[in-house]
Amino acid sequence: MPQTFHLNKGFNIPLAGRALLEEHKINQPDSFAIKPSDFKGLVQPKLLVSVGENVKSGSPLFFDKGSEEVLFVAPVSGEISEIIRGERRKVIEIRILADKEIEYKTFKKHTKTDIINLTRAEAIATLTVSGIWPSFIQRPYGVLANPSDVPSAIYISAFDSNPCAPDMAYIMRGREGAFQLGVDVLNKLAKGNIHLNLDASEIPSVFSGTDHANINKFSGPHPAGNVGVQIHHIKPIGKKDKVWTIDPLSVARIGTLFSEGIYDASKLIAITGSEVINPHYVKTYSGACLDKLVAENIKGTHVRFIAGNVLTGEHVGDRGYLGHFHNQISVIPEGDQEEFLGWLLPSFEKLSFHKAFGLLSFLSPKKEKVLDTNTNGEQRNFTISGAFEKILPMDILPTYLFKSIISNDYDEMEALGIYEVIEEDVALCEYIDVSKNDIQAIIREGIELIRNS
Amino acid sequence: MKLLQNLFDSIKPHVEKGAKYEKLHTLYEGHRTIFFKPSLTTGSTGVQVKDAADLKRVMFTVIVALIPCLLFGMWNVGHQHFLATGVVDATFLSKFLLGAGQVIPILIVSYGVGLGVEFAFCVIRNHPIEEGFLVTGILIPLVMPATIPLWQVAMATVFGVIIAKEVFGGTGMNILNVALTSRAFLYFAYPSQISGDMVWTYLGDQVAVDGFSGATLLSYGAAAAANGTEVMAGLGGHWYAGMFDFWNLFLGVIPGSIGETSVLMCLIGAAILVITGVGSWKIILSVFGGAWVMGMVYNLAGTNSFMLLPAHYHLVVGGLAFGAVFMATDPVSAAQTETGKWIYGFMIGVLTVIIRISNPAYPEGIMLAVLFMNVFAPLIDYYVVEAHKKRRLKRATI
Repeated sequence: MPQTFHLNKGFNIPLAGRALLEEHKINQPDSFAIKPSDFKGLVQPKLLVSVGENVKSGSPLFFDKGSEEVLFVAPVSGEISEIIRGERRKVIEIRILADKEIEYKTFKKHTKTDIINLTRAEAIATLTVSGIWPSFIQRPYGVLANPSDVPSAIYISAFDSNPCAPDMAYIMRGREGAFQLGVDVLNKLAKGNIHLNLDASEIPSVFSGTDHANINKFSGPHPAGNVGVQIHHIKPIGKKDKVWTIDPLSVARIGTLFSEGIYDASKLIAITGSEVINPHYVKTYSGACLDKLVAENIKGTHVRFIAGNVLTGEHVGDRGYLGHFHNQISVIPEGDQEEFLGWLLPSFEKLSFHKAFGLLSFLSPKKEKVLDTNTNGEQRNFTISGAFEKILPMDILPTYLFKSIISNDYDEMEALGIYEVIEEDVALCEYIDVSKNDIQAIIREGIELIRNS
Repeated sequence: MKLLQNLFDSIKPHVEKGAKYEKLHTLYEGHRTIFFKPSLTTGSTGVQVKDAADLKRVMFTVIVALIPCLLFGMWNVGHQHFLATGVVDATFLSKFLLGAGQVIPILIVSYGVGLGVEFAFCVIRNHPIEEGFLVTGILIPLVMPATIPLWQVAMATVFGVIIAKEVFGGTGMNILNVALTSRAFLYFAYPSQISGDMVWTYLGDQVAVDGFSGATLLSYGAAAAANGTEVMAGLGGHWYAGMFDFWNLFLGVIPGSIGETSVLMCLIGAAILVITGVGSWKIILSVFGGAWVMGMVYNLAGTNSFMLLPAHYHLVVGGLAFGAVFMATDPVSAAQTETGKWIYGFMIGVLTVIIRISNPAYPEGIMLAVLFMNVFAPLIDYYVVEAHKKRRLKRATI
């Protein structure tokens, strides 16, 4: 019997430009890139390829000095065209000029019986060399999972509650079989303790027939879809716990890997945001360059291209690349213009969680809004109280947690819940902060302080 | 607007880094952001969109909530003046204009001096101009009597801004409520201009009518307690009949500090603060609750007639309502945890009534009660947070 959790706190951002549930054919981008920075907790990426080399989908590109058995692989076949480095020769991007026809590196195929008889060691060996492993994220800290750990549970959030988020059921359609196989493999890793968290308001979706997983249902506004929030309500974690999280698409990729012997990096991407002419889905591969994905589908000229959603995504530009975990592109207007008395004039259009003087958007909470990238004010000290507490559906005092990080107080951070959150869980706090502080950056700083202490 | 933007643009080169007046950069930015919401955009990582509310708007909301008190206060200064001088046929407009003539100079001095200090600190310490003083600048006049000498307003403002705020690091860092610190300064440094019976009604060069007394209900109460007479019976014989009826006290047509007399106006302000979410309803409610409960306790003890003042009278006299709505709710100096807000507010109410009744030196208690609890707010929060941490420890499997 699925357990249902009703969350009351949170805030849905009714961003204009949600993608229609239809897939449009596009010309595939020529260029793809893997960014080591997508994976938190890496020590030092070591390259396995050089410019000019040819790779197949699934061929290793680099490994991390911290856990050498985990390989990071190419999403498509082609030629390594460029390796972008930053300060101290840190690898920023490995770019691949893609073949027209994808060639796959082949791994061992498994029948259903093979999977039933699979040992934990065999499963891990296949997952770490095939490029799937980096999708496993460890909590606490939100870092790359260590294959030698045995997690007490693995959590999968089967819905995304972020602004204009893609419909996970739509993205996953046709992959039910692979998803089930993936869940069966996950069972080998976590002693059978797999949690699949569904949106309570949805009619039985592609996920609800899944076997060998504990089904939990969540209702409520964003961040109900965040796996960290879900873990907090199912079984909160502390310092010594280790649980893993993985996204549904990666679970299906595990299924495909074991049944067909290939690393299938294809995915549906939702093209969203107010500046998109036809918000819809397109099929491409992880790490795709944005250029062809949004070609001839953009209204404005002065816009920002964001890989991911507007709360946790990254401003990459129209020639930037999708990150490993992104299922969405958001295109919104840039807000780099002054507005006469913009801080004072009343408005129905300016979206606010607060109801301060003249901000009337709360009268029509469902009405879609066009949001630009303006910060709507300057950075200040934390001044007002009680707002973060109203938006974070966790038993955590956010203001005190943030202040403990700012003052580098390790004991306080531990006691106040640093182990339970990562950036995405406090993204809404950053959104609503009237003092305009970079709260996600503060949380990551706190996590790194604790990890390295 | 283009014209204004051009004007700012033409000043910009002179205040940029390396230019002759680079020290004035924060002043330039501060003024530009008053006219124009800045063109700053979100970073490449982190949230890409931000809420429309900023501190300027939040502070402005408080100013809007204060406007009913300010306008009523102006009228009431005039009204009390004409009552005291025996002019029975003064028009609404003449009352309002006379009051405005008293109040506006105080307002100008408060803002002028306060912003001057603020700007000086911004330039010296190179921090941006913060919005906190927008509210403080209007709060200070509203807690002063209309007869206050302007130079005292200036001194109080300087003291409040520097000692209560800037030395701690500016808005958001202060421990005490800035406006009340200013008032407390005058209260102890120049008590004869801000306490007693003669300061609350502006007489100007006119002579008061026979039998006039500028005493507030609280000083009647304290006197009654000292003389062993009945407070409530004594009120009936007031020089102006009906002055201290409950509903007249509620409306605030009584002598007092400029903005504090009308509970009705404070409640309108409270409604604005609560609906907009800017002020904490928990604090407002618990201050009233604390005062009423303590009033009841005194009623039960009842060893002198002031103690027997009906508990609900405590809610409508003095500055309790103004303090509850606008002073206690200052988010920086108040308790910041939700449980802490209940305790903090309740204790303010309790202390206010204790000071009123049991301390013969101070007829009004809200100012000292709020300042006292400002000091204790971090302690209250500390224990609330400790309890929270204990609960978390029990729940998590560390």
